[in-house]
Amino acid sequence: MDFLQPATWAEALEAKAAAREAVPIAGGTDVMVAVNFGRLRPTTLIDLTRVPELQEWGLDDGAVRLGAGVPYARVITELGGRLPGLAMAARTIGSPQIRNRGTVGGNLATASPAGDAHPALLAAGAEVEVASVRGTRRIPVSEFYRGVKRSALADDELIAAVRIRPPAGPQQYSKIGTRNAMVIAVAAFGLALHPDRRAVGTGIGSAAPTPRRAPEAEEFLAGELDGLWESRGELPAATAGRFGELVAAAAAPIDDVRGTAAYRVHALSVMARRTLTWAWADYRKGDPTCA
Amino acid sequence: MSTPTRAPSGAPAHLTGAGGGIGADAQRPDGVLKVRGEFAYGSDLWMDDMLWGVTLRSPHPYARIRSIDVGPALAVPGVHAVLTSDDVPGEKVYGLELADQPVLALDVVRYQGEPVALVAADHPDTARRAAARVVVDYEVWEPVTDARTALGHPTWNQVHETPAEVTELSRESAHLHPQGNLVRHLKIRRGDPEPTADVVVIGEYEVGMQDQAFLGPESGLAVPAEDGGVDLYVATQWLHVDQRQICAALGMPEDKVRLTLAGVGGAFGGREDLSMHVHACLLALHTGRPVKMSYNREESFFGHVHRHPATMRYEHGATRDGDLVYVRATIYLDGGAYASSTPAVVGNAGTMGLGPYVVPNVHVDCYGAYTNNPPCGAMRGFGSVQTAFAYESQMDALAAELGMDPVELRCRNAMEEGSVTPNGQVVDSAAPVVELLRRLEAMPMPPAPATGADVDLRDMPGGVSNTTHGEGVRRGVGYAVAYKNVAFSEGFDDHSTARVRLEVVGGEAVATVHTAAAEVGQGLVTVEQQIARTELGVERVVVAPKDTAVGSAGSTSASRQTYVTGGAVKAACEAVRERVLSRARDLVGRAVPDLRLDGGKVVSDGEGVALTLAEVLADDVVEETLEWRHRRTEPIDPETGQGFAHVQYAFSAHRAVVDVDTELGLVKVVEMACTQDVGKAINPQAVIGQIQGGTAQGLGLAVMEEILVRDGRVQNPSFTDYLIPTVLDMPPMRIEVLEYADPHAPYGLRGVGEAPNISSGPAVLAAIRQATGLPLTRVPVRPEHLTGT
Repeated sequence: MDFLQPATWAEALEAKAAAREAVPIAGGTDVMVAVNFGRLRPTTLIDLTRVPELQEWGLDDGAVRLGAGVPYARVITELGGRLPGLAMAARTIGSPQIRNRGTVGGNLATASPAGDAHPALLAAGAEVEVASVRGTRRIPVSEFYRGVKRSALADDELIAAVRIRPPAGPQQYSKIGTRNAMVIAVAAFGLALHPDRRAVGTGIGSAAPTPRRAPEAEEFLAGELDGLWESRGELPAATAGRFGELVAAAAAPIDDVRGTAAYRVHALSVMARRTLTWAWADYRKGDPTCA
Repeated sequence: MSTPTRAPSGAPAHLTGAGGGIGADAQRPDGVLKVRGEFAYGSDLWMDDMLWGVTLRSPHPYARIRSIDVGPALAVPGVHAVLTSDDVPGEKVYGLELADQPVLALDVVRYQGEPVALVAADHPDTARRAAARVVVDYEVWEPVTDARTALGHPTWNQVHETPAEVTELSRESAHLHPQGNLVRHLKIRRGDPEPTADVVVIGEYEVGMQDQAFLGPESGLAVPAEDGGVDLYVATQWLHVDQRQICAALGMPEDKVRLTLAGVGGAFGGREDLSMHVHACLLALHTGRPVKMSYNREESFFGHVHRHPATMRYEHGATRDGDLVYVRATIYLDGGAYASSTPAVVGNAGTMGLGPYVVPNVHVDCYGAYTNNPPCGAMRGFGSVQTAFAYESQMDALAAELGMDPVELRCRNAMEEGSVTPNGQVVDSAAPVVELLRRLEAMPMPPAPATGADVDLRDMPGGVSNTTHGEGVRRGVGYAVAYKNVAFSEGFDDHSTARVRLEVVGGEAVATVHTAAAEVGQGLVTVEQQIARTELGVERVVVAPKDTAVGSAGSTSASRQTYVTGGAVKAACEAVRERVLSRARDLVGRAVPDLRLDGGKVVSDGEGVALTLAEVLADDVVEETLEWRHRRTEPIDPETGQGFAHVQYAFSAHRAVVDVDTELGLVKVVEMACTQDVGKAINPQAVIGQIQGGTAQGLGLAVMEEILVRDGRVQNPSFTDYLIPTVLDMPPMRIEVLEYADPHAPYGLRGVGEAPNISSGPAVLAAIRQATGLPLTRVPVRPEHLTGT
């Protein structure tokens, strides 16, 4: 097995172009598990931890540009205010050790339907910035997931960053696991209220072949909030309930060792209802970012 | 016996530790090494010229092997040997109680993961790739995956028909072994065979398959010796029972097969059966090279036995006042493909199966069955864990039926000293069941759950996954009591051997304790030192590596080592002391009635220091080796289950407080309180550790731990999907330790390790039941059970 350690982004892209079957590795929390269990025997590994720009985040054109190699621990400590939904998702991930290693870029590259970051990225309307020696392109995250552990990434491309606009309204994230920490999601839900656009963002995890939005729920809720955005009035309980039902209806889960399809649908309806209730309460208080 | 000429790195060293006799919180001699990550576990064993052994396992739960072609594997460069059952020179089957398990598969494989062939190569990856090239032609058979089906008892009604018919029925189902699918049927018949009662509650319960989930996977290193024998360094639980089975398989005498305990990363029963022991020896003897085998996490799930899943039906009859009149219980334990310790587990589940309550009329049938599921055997609590879920659920159901407080009902029927157990044995030492419960009741309750803005997510069901801020959360409280036999029962010759040496080194008195008792993390090495310090009055006590150069210590299981090996060390120390004092009397030249050893000196209260040990011993070494036995037990009557079967009983009780998100079905255990009688706490801190650990393991079974098996195949062989409690699942504990000395036991002590593992889970289940109002008859409780999805 070849182990490449490019020192610059250009070198990394050249390496990927030259060895398209090569597997990039950052925190290694997915790749090394697969290697250790004998499920992955890559001919080439490209270690991205030495590429400086991947380890950075900054503001660019009004958005947070989060380098693909920034670990979850830093998302929590450095970006809790700017990316509240993603930070909430990051808090649910693994153990402190895993959060020190794992990255949002890695979560995207693996593209597991159970990846914890995805529902938050979907709700926030993030874009994935990918690059190759051919150039750079931005993919809306909702178009990034193409199947179980498949993404829109071409075989010569690497993920450079994720771009997320700071929130204009409250964000929430909720995840079900059968223990109280260090657990793969049985189902997860991300919610972002976008009062600036009079829109609602959603993201569903672990309840379909890919992470996905719940477009009907988004449209329904945006319609119900018409007028309430300005008045900051109380949200009718029936609205939250209906929103939960529509989110659940957008899921297409299976029975597996972690839970039944019926439970996942039920749990999504509860999480969607509760997170909306919390987010709306925050919005009424006028606190756009409070989680 | 000869010592190995070459020892690997990672082999155990002599241990010394900080002071303290019995009753002190003496520090573990291996504690600092473990905390620093410097302790060598079995997986750290290393020799420069060693080969790596791997195991090819059956992918099928049940199949006939038509042929095996090892040629393609042997052709892989770097491969030194590929072995099958043809290469096993001695007995081709082994087992703890019944020799029914092939060292390597013979003509039939009976569970997924059964070892079929072995490969030794110069790199573990090479060995794995080569193993994948062994061509095995299987004729796949339909597996038998349900214990009751295997026994021909598909419905509860048929169970209550006569034994003759049961035997007839069982002939109709597929026989996994020539003798049929019944491993053991234990019967208890006591009192009125047709009792009636004012109030009757009937319940059916199920317990899923729990794994020991030790963190140190099965590992060892076999080194071929110049005398044609083999030295095996291995992480295990009972060196001598391993040695007996390895010798049989290798066709070698005991002096040619020498075992040394490597660093053990947890056991909990999962290392009682052989894993890689014979395999590594076979490969080492075949290649003439040291061979290391170390399972990865996934293989470990196939490399050891699990806790028996249980299906149970209980009928409790009581007077309107709440006095138990009778219990009828039928218990099925799924032993999987091979017997392992199923007969003894059936013995415990049957005789302990009604809990610490006085029941005048008893009718118990407990069955252990062969199926094509993973083999099940020893795990902490050993049959009592399963039945405790049933009998404690029944006590709660009966209390509800009677309109009584569950604790009152338990106290009303609680065993005490002098009570008679279902197997007709008089409890002849303290049985403070009522006090354990009353002390729990008297403990303060944790504060009510926070709501609204005060919520700390870590205190909520779901934790920081942010599933509730108090919505849907309801609190419940549950109680449960355990009683558990300590040490081996039913007439087993249960003994231990200790060699104790006293000498003066560099002017300082040094005692060395040498036993074969496996230290698996529980702290026996500390206890051995404490006993020697107390009995010999010396500060410096060395614990020699555990090996077969000294006689058997018996198994590190059944909460028995502090009792039995502790007893042996105490007896050997007393013999050494007697010789030293006798020499001292000779030196003094007259009788001094109160001579004793203290502070490295021979002292007398009347005369002060008589002599230093240097004066008494000079360059001599005083050494004694003693075999020690606890009082004898006897087999139970096969028709009535009556007999003096058990040496000692351990009692513990738990109160669990839980918050349940009733809408999402998520559980947060808020507090666990435990009371336990330990007779005498030899090391109070270690006792607390056992109670905390046992509690966590019981909680795990109640709410999350289960090996999911479908059609004989394990669905979750990883710590990604086999979940064990984290720090956010295991709450703070209140613990009260009682010390009512057992007059039959050394220092009055009682085995500690298992009881809290038994009472913890049922208390959690009772609390969840109270919070939700649901009947909940199966553990682990899953969100689906709580939400009806």
